[in-house]
Amino acid sequence: MASRIDVSIEHRGSEPDDGGSHPNTCPRCNSHYRDDELDQTLWVCPHCGHHFPVRARERIGQLADRGTFEERDAELRSADPLAFFDLRAYTERLADAELATGMGDALIAGGAMIERRPCELAVMDFAFMGGSMGSAVGEKFARACDRAAERSVPLVCVTASGGARMQEGILSLMQLPKTVCAVDDLRTARSAFLCVMTHPTTAGVLASFASLADVIVAEPGALLAFTGPRVVQQTIREKLPEDFGLAESNSRFGHVDAIVPRSELRPYVGRVLALLSG
Amino acid sequence: MSADSPTGAEEQLKLRERLAKLRNAPLLRGVGISGELDRLQRQIERIAAEPDADEVWRAVELARHEDRPYTLDYVERIFDDFVELHGDRSIGDDQALRAGIASFQGRTVAFVGQQKGRDLRERQQRNFGMTSPEGYRKAMRIMELADRLRFPLFTLIDTPGAYPGVSAEQHGQGGWIARCQLQMARLGVPTVACIIGEGGSGGAVAIAVADRVLMQENAIYSVISPEGCAIILWRDAGEAKKAAAALKPDAAHCLELGIIDGIVPEPPGGAQEDYEGAARLLGEGMAAALAEVDGDDSEARRRTRHAKFRRMGVFLE
Repeated sequence: MASRIDVSIEHRGSEPDDGGSHPNTCPRCNSHYRDDELDQTLWVCPHCGHHFPVRARERIGQLADRGTFEERDAELRSADPLAFFDLRAYTERLADAELATGMGDALIAGGAMIERRPCELAVMDFAFMGGSMGSAVGEKFARACDRAAERSVPLVCVTASGGARMQEGILSLMQLPKTVCAVDDLRTARSAFLCVMTHPTTAGVLASFASLADVIVAEPGALLAFTGPRVVQQTIREKLPEDFGLAESNSRFGHVDAIVPRSELRPYVGRVLALLSG
Repeated sequence: MSADSPTGAEEQLKLRERLAKLRNAPLLRGVGISGELDRLQRQIERIAAEPDADEVWRAVELARHEDRPYTLDYVERIFDDFVELHGDRSIGDDQALRAGIASFQGRTVAFVGQQKGRDLRERQQRNFGMTSPEGYRKAMRIMELADRLRFPLFTLIDTPGAYPGVSAEQHGQGGWIARCQLQMARLGVPTVACIIGEGGSGGAVAIAVADRVLMQENAIYSVISPEGCAIILWRDAGEAKKAAAALKPDAAHCLELGIIDGIVPEPPGGAQEDYEGAARLLGEGMAAALAEVDGDDSEARRRTRHAKFRRMGVFLE
């Protein structure tokens, strides 16, 4: 029991086993594409429909009306309250992640229009330390809730996260109740919350704000699980169902409202926002 | 004195500076410690030295000690009467989470606590204290009852984490942990939580969104088990001691980070040495914490609780 992992970041089935294959090679059917080809298809494999991961800024470009996104809290950065050091210092990992992704932390937030409907938009990026939620992510999410409440517009959040960020220890666990309280404040202000869960949305993010959305949309094939398949398998030592923890299984068990392919996501979100605005 | 008043805030800052100095640790900005100053002052005296790696690991071992008192050991010693309520009114009754109504110092309180098993058979029956969606739904039912009938809520936390099973996932483990936190955050009645052993990640925080969060002296509260962290970051479970030192899951560190409001002392050598003594100290700690947050204004209590959790975190801007 002691070796149980809550915050693991896992891949299985349709995902690459290791980092060995090229990011533009489809892990499901092995087709290979140029960047511009995948840009055209919103990073969905034209051959088999596999949804490649999408970077946060790319996602904002896919969802928001052109030129409408106004980023907020861009300067907000993670601190290192525990002076955390494993094989490397946390501060070093943060600096590397920022250099590699061009992002300050794993979430970008700001005001936007989607299909001409105003909203607050918060988008996570798995490329920044596995999309993990530390104090910076929690604070940026909570502020997005506050701005949505102030402006009386819905909040749209796109999640991609392995869970809480270990390097901030107990402070990262506290981002669960913090973001839950922020969603509660959003509810009190009678603003709606739509969450698009993408691969993977697991552990601490699934067990906090993401699951509290009024409308939950999943991308096909996304892993949406509190505990990922590898750890569950280690615990029960039985063969898992083929689609364990995937969006399709979550849909069957009633945890998501719809599975929407990426090509249909923007019009779908637009329709929901239109209806939610009454 | 309220921590929200200007003088309160100033004095609190001074105390925090002193805390940081005592502990020889950097002052953490952006972290709020809510609560009364004299309580903070008392605790500063208790934790004059930064726990080192060996002391942190000792807390990990004591928190998991097989003779450590579990939730029901405290229930029978702290409460004058306890009627257990069973089932989530949907599909089952989680044996890893116990709940009911109890008599505490002459008044009725609602109670929720996580229960580990003593021998192998009981451990299996109780899933090693790992809560399932059924357990969180049962907890939410008791929270709703507490709110409606105006009973304070006590929770005791002792779990390695939420249950990682196929059916738990299929029944929405993540979503129920989120909703349980939401329900607890919204309660109008006073709430006191205490971590009495392992406060394991989301499975623990689900029932720890309280006005006052306490930890027993040798309890741990962590985002991930030291072993899990060691596997991921060191790629070696054998480095758990290093991981524990880095995660700082012990009560003194949690208090300094502003995550908990107080530390409940244990008898010399740890709670496992003296059940009666440990229960008496825990009962006193819970009573003192309840007295701090007791009262009728449920709207103010909700706002204060929200503000407390929304302040948590350390970041740069």
